[in-house]
Amino acid sequence: MSDKNTNIIEISELNKWYGDFHALKNINLDIKEGEIIVVCGPSGSGKSTLIRCVNFLEKFQEGSILVSGTELTDDAQKIRKIRSEVSMVFQHFNLFPHLTIVDNLTLAPIWVHNETKQEAREKALKLLDRVGIKDQAEKYPNQLSGGQQQRVAIARSLCTNPKIMLFDEPTSALDPEMISEVLDVMIELAREGITMICVTHEMGFARKVANRIIFMDDGQIVEENDPENFFNNAESDRLQLFLNQILTH
Amino acid sequence: MPVFDQQETRKPPISQIGAILWLKTNLFSSWINSILTFASLYLLYIMIPPLLNWMIFDASFSFGTINFFGFEIKFSEEMATNDNCGRVGACWPYIYEKLYMYTYGFYPRTETWRPNTVFALTGLLFVIVPLVKNYKYKNRVTLSLIILYPLISYILIAGGFGLLTPVDTDQWGGLLLTLIIASVGIIVSFPIGVLLALGRQSNLKVIKLFSTLFIEFIRAVPLITILFMASFVLPLFLESGNYFDKLLRALIGIALFQAAYFAEVVRGGLQAIPRGQYEAADAIGLSYFQKNVLIILPQALKISIPNIVGSSISLFKDTTLVLIIGLFDMLAMVNLTSNDPYWLGRETEGFVFVTMVMWAILYTMSRYSRKLELRFNTENKN
Repeated sequence: MSDKNTNIIEISELNKWYGDFHALKNINLDIKEGEIIVVCGPSGSGKSTLIRCVNFLEKFQEGSILVSGTELTDDAQKIRKIRSEVSMVFQHFNLFPHLTIVDNLTLAPIWVHNETKQEAREKALKLLDRVGIKDQAEKYPNQLSGGQQQRVAIARSLCTNPKIMLFDEPTSALDPEMISEVLDVMIELAREGITMICVTHEMGFARKVANRIIFMDDGQIVEENDPENFFNNAESDRLQLFLNQILTH
Repeated sequence: MPVFDQQETRKPPISQIGAILWLKTNLFSSWINSILTFASLYLLYIMIPPLLNWMIFDASFSFGTINFFGFEIKFSEEMATNDNCGRVGACWPYIYEKLYMYTYGFYPRTETWRPNTVFALTGLLFVIVPLVKNYKYKNRVTLSLIILYPLISYILIAGGFGLLTPVDTDQWGGLLLTLIIASVGIIVSFPIGVLLALGRQSNLKVIKLFSTLFIEFIRAVPLITILFMASFVLPLFLESGNYFDKLLRALIGIALFQAAYFAEVVRGGLQAIPRGQYEAADAIGLSYFQKNVLIILPQALKISIPNIVGSSISLFKDTTLVLIIGLFDMLAMVNLTSNDPYWLGRETEGFVFVTMVMWAILYTMSRYSRKLELRFNTENKN
């Protein structure tokens, strides 16, 4: 998986504040092409903020982020270029409720990547087939279950052939019986070699597919390790405590 | 461990449905409600019969000739006069007599076909638009209609361009003028309102400040003041050569006024859109313009439909204020025609008639808005 040694994301000395609140403290993180990174930590620890900085949904005040060699700045052109390579799946799906499922998928290809309606539609249907909901293509998002909506959201973010996928707690808003259908799609994606950063509490998923797991607390990276050592040889007390809290049930 | 049988599904008990239950819950749910119900029934009892008597049973209908949008309907050889109508009931032949004034104002009688064509075109528009809904080139058809319809209507009504006898805006009046002011006011102000609403939400400080100042200034001033300003004060600032049409000045005033109200209505809709929609639009790489046109506005406008129509309805009613700057809309025509020495004391008929026309138009608008709401409702479809 991490066979190529080029860094696709380089985050260095990243600092972010919300007003006076220091949300990210000196984050340094390099991610190689094809790596699967899982970010976990207690709520409010800055995990979502961190991945939202990567596609510039959040502005940061200090430090730098390079995405496939392009540095993130205020320049609208650059931001759009990066966003066409980095797609994101949200906790609350954020599908566009006024558009049908297939129109949700074809929007970016048509308007951002200048594909023809025909091409975009064919690709969209293929992707919907892949996530197992091709027969719902002409429905509206609110007619689908949560799990189906999240799979549509994943298909939508794949529509632009991204190099990097960001997942922001993709299963946290789902009913328990729907979590596995979404995780299955994510596992399949991970096996195909796309670079992924997932903020999630699904430790089974992390153990199964992650190359590295990053534990964040209080706005900083506390520990990072491969799954094996992450779960069995936690070094810091904070990670030990966190693991005890989420794994004892 | 107990195992339970599958329960059968049943209809609700008979005492919980039907007309008796409806009466019980809606009209007689408590003793206060029962008293109110009886009081309302009594009010209707003392009001409705006299009204019906005046409007229908004691009224005169069949004298003279009615000219209905160019079609002559002759009721009797006898001329309608104030005398052969009784004084007990309404004299509807008065309305037939003045229908031309109510509809076209002082528009030259020889040119009536021109506004009539515009009325017909307008009606046709409501037939064509739903018909082409599933047509392949519906966008092109709609776009050409948007450009052609106002252009043709203007040429027909105003004349000129060497084609038709010019008709001065001073001669436009009645329902024709009411509809022109209301529709131009609503259609021109709407895009301005949307831009102002977006401006007020903008991150660019200057645009935000300008939009906010404009909206708050206009909303703090009554429409009458704006009409006065447009009609009497504005010409003072312009050089005498730049004097432009009174109706045009009123239209600009009304459009700016309505734009401020639309802006606030649309802003309400914009605020109801979850942040996630903006983020998702950003994340897939849409530009600011694409994000608003494709994602945000369709949803925000949909939520705002009831308020947009509500605001349009109040503008429609407010157009009656143009009387004070010397434009004669439908309501002004009631006053004007009641001064006819042959028809003294008949303004009641005029007011009742105008009320009915206004009600018919505005009720249609509000029904249409309900239809739009249902059509665009994708959120709660099952």
